[in-house]
Amino acid sequence: MFVLSAIGTLAYLVQRFSGEEITGLSRDVSWGLFIANYTFFVGVAASAVMVVLPYYAHDYKAFGRIAVFGEFLAVAAIAIAGLFIFVDVGQPLRSFNLLLHPTPGSPLFWNTIILPVYMLLNLLIAWSILGAESKSVPPPGWIKPLIYISIPWAISIHTVTAFVYAGLPGRAFWNTAILAPRFLVSAFASGPALLIVMCVLIKRFTGLDPGKKALDQLGVIVLYSMILNLFFIVLEFFSAFYSSIPAHTHTLQYLFFGLEGREALVPWIWTSVGLAVAGTLLLAVPGVRRDYTLLAAACIIVFSSLWIDKGLCLVVAGFIPSPMAIITEYAPSLFEVIIAIGVWAAGFLMLTVLYKIAISVKEELAG
Amino acid sequence: MEVTRRDFLKIAGASTIVGILGGWSAVEVLAPGELEQQHLPKPGALTAKRWAMVVDMKKMDEATMKACIDACHRAHNVPDIDDPKSTVKWIWLEPFEHAFPYRHHEHVADSLREMRFLVFCNHCNNPPCVRVCPTQATWKREDGIVMMDEHRCIGCRYCMAACPYGSRNYNWTDPRPFIKKRNPDYPTRSGGVVEKCNFCVERLAEGLMPACVEASKGALIFGDLADPASEVKNILNSHYTIRRKLNLGTEPSVFYMV
Repeated sequence: MFVLSAIGTLAYLVQRFSGEEITGLSRDVSWGLFIANYTFFVGVAASAVMVVLPYYAHDYKAFGRIAVFGEFLAVAAIAIAGLFIFVDVGQPLRSFNLLLHPTPGSPLFWNTIILPVYMLLNLLIAWSILGAESKSVPPPGWIKPLIYISIPWAISIHTVTAFVYAGLPGRAFWNTAILAPRFLVSAFASGPALLIVMCVLIKRFTGLDPGKKALDQLGVIVLYSMILNLFFIVLEFFSAFYSSIPAHTHTLQYLFFGLEGREALVPWIWTSVGLAVAGTLLLAVPGVRRDYTLLAAACIIVFSSLWIDKGLCLVVAGFIPSPMAIITEYAPSLFEVIIAIGVWAAGFLMLTVLYKIAISVKEELAG
Repeated sequence: MEVTRRDFLKIAGASTIVGILGGWSAVEVLAPGELEQQHLPKPGALTAKRWAMVVDMKKMDEATMKACIDACHRAHNVPDIDDPKSTVKWIWLEPFEHAFPYRHHEHVADSLREMRFLVFCNHCNNPPCVRVCPTQATWKREDGIVMMDEHRCIGCRYCMAACPYGSRNYNWTDPRPFIKKRNPDYPTRSGGVVEKCNFCVERLAEGLMPACVEASKGALIFGDLADPASEVKNILNSHYTIRRKLNLGTEPSVFYMV
């Protein structure tokens, strides 16, 4: 992980000093892999609420052993999202202008404020609960209100991320009221799917058992979120194609079928659809959800599907066709891919450290 | 001398606060942009309540339009980058189907279909780019001109996603080596910031018409939309004009007479 992030850092330095022309971005497609991944990982972070809400608000005991892992996953996901913004902007050293010139009218400004706060909330909650556990004392009283605040906060971070896109007048593909719900349900599938995979890995490498019931239940959450996600995409298709307003159909046409012979994203989106259907069907089988290996496999399928959809296609396709009705395609350059892998690696390095701490506390208690 | 933990923390805390305050004031004092932005109105400066442009396509020909583009790009040190992916252009030509995408259809008159239009920033009355900018690096002046502070811009490119006209450019690389002949009276930009047409605020402040208007031989008419006696207002009263993507509610200040 460390080596990968070091290579990513080097690639970023090359981009910094030779200019962003080494990316695959253009005047027409001005956001790509980085901003799409930022969007995707804000979703992963927000999805911690799918563990936090049942466990703390409804006292759903089965999630007791994985709540901390969900919160730490949110912390690392926010770090990844923030890093993706940092590597994307042209003048990162001017980032403080976001705070020096606060602009409440801009969703990006709100994201700058609420994402770090969300990260801090989760870190604080997980840390103090873990601390209390290790000392075998009840968690401090002041943590309760923070937990309750973190629940609507999680919803808000991904809603605001959707607002970044949904409020733009010239981009009909994003300019849809269902974008925020779509963001949330796809997040509630991708985040818990990743958490399940992590839990299965933890079980395999440390023997720490998250509990069959907890993972089964998480699998059900992923399942229903996926069904809703697919349903919402069908709704988008209906509104666009039944009304057949050109501005609303063009991007969907480009993304799913190709437009004017240009179809770079078509194989990607159909791969995503195929994986989504396969993953959803697998998760619908109770036997799959109760077998750690099969469950993890289904979750990897779901996660890959959603990453292709949101971590690539959704953002890129929004720029195609351009405001001039010109089709300029985009593919990330090798440098972008290396930098992205570096950011992922840095995030997972952070996650490994946090999980290591959590696991050692839990093992100490058990042993 | 023994430094206790408590003393150490005190000193560390105090110096942190001093450091933050010092850094902050340095930023406030040294921050570029504020002063450069203040084009103090000189006697003879052209002023208006809402600047607007009429493009008279009947008087336009390709040579005139190229002259307009040249005048603008030379005046503003716009780099000459051939690669369409990273090109920077403040004012350029588009055929009807690209300038007016959802107005174009299969039965549009041949004369229109073959015509190329001068396009540039619309200086919208309700500009989405200004709405989304997280640092107020782009803003609307009281006279309606949508401005860009390339010193404050962090290069997030949100404005490019917001602009429904493709009027905004990002400097994907350092533009300076691509400037053919540098105009010393206008600043150049660094890489990693967004730039676009500014309706020649620097010339208006000197009492001059925008560079493109001067080069247009009367085909571009620039004036005050809020002044009932202005030439632009007269033209709009007596001719049918169109604006780009009016349905989006951005209220462009550029009108086309076809």
